[in-house]
Amino acid sequence: MQFFGSSEISPSPPAPTASGNYGHMMYVFNRNGVCLLYREWNRPLRTLNQQQDHKLMFGLLFSLKSLTAKMDPTSVEKGNLGVPLLPGQGCSFHSFRTNTYKLSFMESPSGIKIILVTHPRAGDLREPLKYIYNLYVEYVVKNPLYSPGTPIKSELFNTNLDQYVRGLG
Amino acid sequence: MAPPPRSGDAIFANVDRVNAELFTLTYGAIVRQLLTDLEEVDEVNKQLDQMGYNIGIRLIDEFLAKSNISTCVDFKETAEVIAKVGFKMFLGVTASVSNWDPEGTTCSIILEDNPLVDFVELPDTCQGLYYCNILSGVVRGALEMVSMKTEITWVRDMLRGDDAFELRLKLLKQVPEEYPYKDDE
Repeated sequence: MQFFGSSEISPSPPAPTASGNYGHMMYVFNRNGVCLLYREWNRPLRTLNQQQDHKLMFGLLFSLKSLTAKMDPTSVEKGNLGVPLLPGQGCSFHSFRTNTYKLSFMESPSGIKIILVTHPRAGDLREPLKYIYNLYVEYVVKNPLYSPGTPIKSELFNTNLDQYVRGLG
Repeated sequence: MAPPPRSGDAIFANVDRVNAELFTLTYGAIVRQLLTDLEEVDEVNKQLDQMGYNIGIRLIDEFLAKSNISTCVDFKETAEVIAKVGFKMFLGVTASVSNWDPEGTTCSIILEDNPLVDFVELPDTCQGLYYCNILSGVVRGALEMVSMKTEITWVRDMLRGDDAFELRLKLLKQVPEEYPYKDDE
């Protein structure tokens, strides 16, 4: 971390709960649906080409978000399904689980979406996702030579990310 | 549950800081160079605003990541957060929000203290210069990233003899989230 002086990223990463590699893959999207980053650690089966895969993932999240907001029993202000919401409006989901994988999701108010697909037994990953967002800020956003909105090609970010996800339980 | 948003002071205590004088003089050197390169004061104002905008669209992510703020939907709340947390975190000073119009779309951010102008006096040749125009650009850029289109102007400027710095924020539009792909792609 010598590029950033003595600064440690705060908050420090939540301690992994168990050992073992639970991460399958990760996506980072921006608001315009551009896939800024795709990392793969363990994905035995691929059925789509990469571009279709990214679009499908983004579309899934987009639709699921508007569905979950529409279903919300605690909120009165609900537009019709499919009517565009303001960013941050309505409730938002943070994960779903199937019998074979778990998808954890976070979105920042600036429209950065981070998706982590893991083993279904992975615990609550909201804090780790926030930490990954911090990594993104330190290694990507603060890099003056990175142009916002373009795919991330940072070795430093990838290395740190891989290392962190490997430690997740 | 999600941790509560952190206060400006708490974040300010935890981030790396640079020497204030170095910061002030570096900014001064940039403005000076722009004046030399562009010659026209209006062009310098424009350039500073553009530079600020480019900073703002990046700064917003650092701000959100460190402050634990999870939504920015309400303009009033957002303006308060910028003044109390944002300015504290990045400039080390606290600003206040006032002069709301009845619709809640226009307000003023008032800065009593501004480290950018510590050694500055406007000479006669630069009377039209908004020396701190970079700040308005930063705020505009950051707000645009949370889908708020704004127009920002300086109302008061201590370098022009006013008693404080006053930024007027006008919310033009909140942009709803739209599905970015076309069907035929």
